[in-house]
Amino acid sequence: MNQNLKNAAIAAVLAGVIIAPVYGLQILRKGQETYLQPDWKMILGGMLAVFVIQLLNAWLRQRRAGKAAAPSRFRLPAITDAFRHRAILVLVLFALVWPFFTGRAQVDIATLVLIYVMLGLGLNIVVGFAGLLDLGFVGFYAVGAYTYALLYHWAGWGFWQALPFAGLMSAFFGFILGFPVLRLRGDYLAIVTLGFGEIIRLLLINLTSFTGGPDGISGIPKPSFFGYQMVRRSMDGTPTFHELMGWSFNSQDVVIYLYLMALVLVLFTLYFTSRLIRMPIGRAWEALREDEIACRSLGLNPRNIKLSAFTMGAMFAGFGGAFFAARQGLVNPESFTFIESALILAIVVLGGMGSQLGVILAAVLLTVIPEIAREFAEYRMLIFGLVMVVMMVWRPQGLLPVKRPQVELES
Amino acid sequence: MSETLLKVSGLTMRFGGLLAVDQVEFDVRRDEVFAIIGPNGAGKTTVFNCVGGFYKPTTGDILMDGKAITGLPSHRVARHGLVRTFQNVRLFKNLTVLENLMVAQHTLMETGLLQGLFKLPSFRHSETEAKKRAVQWLDFMGIRQYANREAGNLAYGHQRRLEIARCMITQPRLLMLDEPAAGLNPQEKRDLQALIDQLRREFGVAVLLIEHDMSLVMGVSDRILVMEHGKPITTGLPDEVRADPRVIKAYLGE
Amino acid sequence: MSDLLPLLTQQLFNGLSLGAIYALIAIGYTMVYGIIGMINFAHGEIYMIGAYVGLVTLSAIGVNSGLPLPLMVLIMLVVAVLVTAVYGFAVEKVAYAPLRSSPRLVPLISAIGMSIFLQNWVATGQGARDMAVPALITGSFNFTIGASDFSVTAPYSRILIIVVTVLMMIGLTLFIKYSRTGQASRACSQDLRMANLLGIDTSRIISFTFMIGAMLAAVGGVLIALAIGKLNPFIGFIVGIKAFTAAVLGGIGSIPGAMLGGVLLGLAETFAAAFISSQYKDIVAFLLLVFILLFRPTGLLGKPEVEKV
Repeated sequence: MNQNLKNAAIAAVLAGVIIAPVYGLQILRKGQETYLQPDWKMILGGMLAVFVIQLLNAWLRQRRAGKAAAPSRFRLPAITDAFRHRAILVLVLFALVWPFFTGRAQVDIATLVLIYVMLGLGLNIVVGFAGLLDLGFVGFYAVGAYTYALLYHWAGWGFWQALPFAGLMSAFFGFILGFPVLRLRGDYLAIVTLGFGEIIRLLLINLTSFTGGPDGISGIPKPSFFGYQMVRRSMDGTPTFHELMGWSFNSQDVVIYLYLMALVLVLFTLYFTSRLIRMPIGRAWEALREDEIACRSLGLNPRNIKLSAFTMGAMFAGFGGAFFAARQGLVNPESFTFIESALILAIVVLGGMGSQLGVILAAVLLTVIPEIAREFAEYRMLIFGLVMVVMMVWRPQGLLPVKRPQVELES
Repeated sequence: MSETLLKVSGLTMRFGGLLAVDQVEFDVRRDEVFAIIGPNGAGKTTVFNCVGGFYKPTTGDILMDGKAITGLPSHRVARHGLVRTFQNVRLFKNLTVLENLMVAQHTLMETGLLQGLFKLPSFRHSETEAKKRAVQWLDFMGIRQYANREAGNLAYGHQRRLEIARCMITQPRLLMLDEPAAGLNPQEKRDLQALIDQLRREFGVAVLLIEHDMSLVMGVSDRILVMEHGKPITTGLPDEVRADPRVIKAYLGE
Repeated sequence: MSDLLPLLTQQLFNGLSLGAIYALIAIGYTMVYGIIGMINFAHGEIYMIGAYVGLVTLSAIGVNSGLPLPLMVLIMLVVAVLVTAVYGFAVEKVAYAPLRSSPRLVPLISAIGMSIFLQNWVATGQGARDMAVPALITGSFNFTIGASDFSVTAPYSRILIIVVTVLMMIGLTLFIKYSRTGQASRACSQDLRMANLLGIDTSRIISFTFMIGAMLAAVGGVLIALAIGKLNPFIGFIVGIKAFTAAVLGGIGSIPGAMLGGVLLGLAETFAAAFISSQYKDIVAFLLLVFILLFRPTGLLGKPEVEKV
């Protein structure tokens, strides 16, 4: 017991040292001087909390050490293939019907969720299936967004025309980056891709004459419906969608329309990736993730396999980027920081790398919860970082205990 | 068609200051079982790694069926019909047994992206055929009942058989086995010996073998190369090698 | 005499002082990587926290306290070093130690999470915006040759950076070479499992490594804050990446390599900013990183690694 008290006391002291300079002593300016405003409650409260937690931890550990390693009673139910298919079907149906019964703000958030689902599914190919840690995914996202923006700005292209090119451009960037870089070991690959994402951002900020610099490009139109624009008054005289249908313009309709377009793109992505994982290329990705040397010994070319995953993931980021540009109406480098890459990575990781259903749910959680907990907006990133650490220490395989889709032999 | 399948000459591998393999020479003939033996640290696995393309030899020539494969990367070497197993079994542990065998057929499958995306008949046919071939090998190895189990969950002996099946399904001409008997019980070793012989007879594959278990080596090999400290000591028939005083000295010391 | 020489000399000095900072931080990366084979993503944030602790200490003492300047700086350094040592220790225990045997991706993601956490820990605690640091060390050393155009300005604050860094490098090298902990730490970085079997308390050595790295980064943080005059919670991010680049350049796992890499990167970046473009100077580091990893991944002073098959 004494040892535990001593450990807890040490931990509390360390906690005090950690809390004091950041939360306990606030730096304030008064003219030319800086002085400190102590918050003893914070420091002492933190120390006390750590003290108690450490004691609790030690006590729990001693109790557990007495018994044999008991299987965790809290076990999430295993998810079978059939369940997964049904779950996705239910989700899709719900998603189709839901926007007509809810408010504008919610649909707007849902559209944002869908964008992140698309991005998450794309990164899932790279990180989840192929096991390549890409920290610069936001770069491809930006390329897609700016491709649409620039095609509109310089050539007046609409969304649906620009979309394939956005994907193509991003895939191209993915290929160019991937070619020299994918042979690097995991950690190094992570840093280099991180650097790439940052370089893209720097280029976007600095190539002002081409990209509009820090202000970016604005006035980007939303996707049209088979040529009919979803606006109150069309800019070039062509009939708007509402005029065609004989409806009066309601901005709510535009929001719902955007949402449905996002849903279409997401379903397309979902189908595409589901097929890929069940094809030889998908199996090769997974095998590569498992053991690259074994792959090589069987004649599989690791570079080509990695490149295909990387390029495809980039392509989906490009699609997502183009849609993002359409939804926002403008693009600027601010939206494409490393934090976005980290967020999308968190979605893939929390969802259980390789699990598509997990990615969808994680995207929902990570987008919706910050919106709901608006009062905590200031602490959003703090909690985000903490959640990432906690998840890795506690449950690195993700929230859902999903079984990978397997090739089964029916007996 | 010449008798010689694999010809290794003047093979030398240097790691910085360490000379791991020094002027090793041997050849493996078609349908032959050729073993490399020697005390620990003799450089046997290094020879394997050089032949297999995992290391780039410092000097030397490696010819596969007359074609030079020296210094080629391992995946290219494999495409010349040369596959290997590993000392620590390298299966795709989180993939099922069946999937392990299907991945191995990757280079043999020709489906394009579009066919796969839209589940066209050519794709379905290709998948079915691959499954069939996989099942044939599962039956051959007697592990069909584990088809849907994750490869990492197999018993050790079965894992080794799966690894060999995975190699064989690529239709190789030369099968390199790196200490295949390590960790097996006596019955499993006898089965392995019978298996190697069967593979050679039924599938016409040559076998290059590193092994420590002498009864297995003597029982299944046609010819043996003995190495010590990276250098070749002698090459010959099992009976010759067994009686060679240099070999005895190498194993027992001075 | 052309304009080039004074410009070159000036940039040389600037590059060295920048390189010194990179070297201090790079050592932390290289030591941790050498011992447990992972990139401590949150290391840049430790540097930032060191800077903030320095400022807190300065505010506690009071700029006009009347204490002699060297003493004030010394107190700032000592306090920052002690506090960041605690941070380094805690971060390792919480985010990395439990994951020692996990697949590679897991501790890396944990490190990223820790990095984001620490950035925002300081941002919510002290404010996310730029904070001014009182100009304690003013004045500079102006070197001119007679009546010619040759003029090099060396601010004292930056001279201090170089001097302190050199001292710390020497101190660290001696410590690693001659002390028991230092030798144990070298054993661990060569073969961790073996060191464990030989009876070395590897947990303790790992903690020690994190703490040393943190302390060096803290020194860099305090000194750079005094030299530049401002800081914010996000300075650790970019500097961290660059310092990692420096560590790789010199040869990851090699302490002299980190020192060399830091200096080289500082020089390269400064010269690029002066002679090519200051907007794109950050790209220099990234491009350098890609080039080294492609053509000489073991760095300048590293040993070639052979993949075990």
